[in-house]
Amino acid sequence: MAFAKVSLSGFGGVLAWSRRMMVEERRWLTAEQFNETYALCAFLPGGNILNFSVILGARFRGAWGAIAAASGLMGPPLLLVICIGAIYAHYGDVPALRHALTGVASAAAGLMLATVAKMARPLFRSGTVTGPVIAFATFASIGIAHWPLPLVLAVIVPVSIAAAWVRL
Amino acid sequence: MGAAVNSGHGTLLTLAGFFGVLSLFAIGGGNSAVPEMHRFAVDVEHWLSDRQFADSFALAQLTPGPNIIIVTLIGYHVAGVLGALVTTLAMCGPPGVFAFFVGGAADRFKGAMWHGVLSRALVPVTIGLTAASAAVVAGTAGYGWMAATITLGTALTAYFVRVHPLWAFAVAALLGLSGLL
Repeated sequence: MAFAKVSLSGFGGVLAWSRRMMVEERRWLTAEQFNETYALCAFLPGGNILNFSVILGARFRGAWGAIAAASGLMGPPLLLVICIGAIYAHYGDVPALRHALTGVASAAAGLMLATVAKMARPLFRSGTVTGPVIAFATFASIGIAHWPLPLVLAVIVPVSIAAAWVRL
Repeated sequence: MGAAVNSGHGTLLTLAGFFGVLSLFAIGGGNSAVPEMHRFAVDVEHWLSDRQFADSFALAQLTPGPNIIIVTLIGYHVAGVLGALVTTLAMCGPPGVFAFFVGGAADRFKGAMWHGVLSRALVPVTIGLTAASAAVVAGTAGYGWMAATITLGTALTAYFVRVHPLWAFAVAALLGLSGLL
């Protein structure tokens, strides 16, 4: 399945690549269908692209299609990362590797910050305070206080849904 | 350190149970679950050190494929190849089954009111979780001024211009190698 190709070409996230393959090369989906399906995947739990592969696979070939697409997506990186893990287990203490990885992790944190800033822009423009307050409360309880995720979500998600409902 | 530190059935069950439950709380993508992975794997179970966690995160970013692959690395580190397989299946299985059924039903519910409410309610939570992930990763990677500079520099660059992640990683790795970290 073509998902294997997508997964291998996607460094640091595969969204852009999967869009190129599904919409531009193979024409499995129109641009609108892609956006719609992606929006759905973004608020399902779990990796977005993984959900995408399941839904798309299911649409074409039912349960087996879903399994094939998900395996195609996860299989190659799985094998690769096990090899990487084995190498790391032997050489993880080499100072040069350690420093390079620290640099990469710092850059990855920076990329996430940029994503946050981009996502938060419309939130602050909307003019309501609830969105920013909920975003900040989530950040503080998980990122600073280090509280367990299920506990925090069990409180914040219902509050956020209630707030969004009231604003309707 | 190294792989296959402990591969008893108890550990495999713990891995499967933890990541199986976690997978359903990972709203807005795999990165949302990173702080919880860190809390459990480093603080509670002491499977990895802070540095090993940051390294795993970096390696997962460098591996082509979905970033959720970090769970495979953690599983491998804890219980070898079997651990890697169990963890990956636990992280992908439950959301996959969920997506399978919701995806089938989604066409019927298209445009339903709860759809809008739910997505509007979850966006701020996702933003908060992503910010928390950035904080946790930056915190484990190192507190030095060089690490902070790389984080802020990458954030500013990626905010204003489109950069391919690999370029950012390559520059950061070289800066790291230069021994300033």
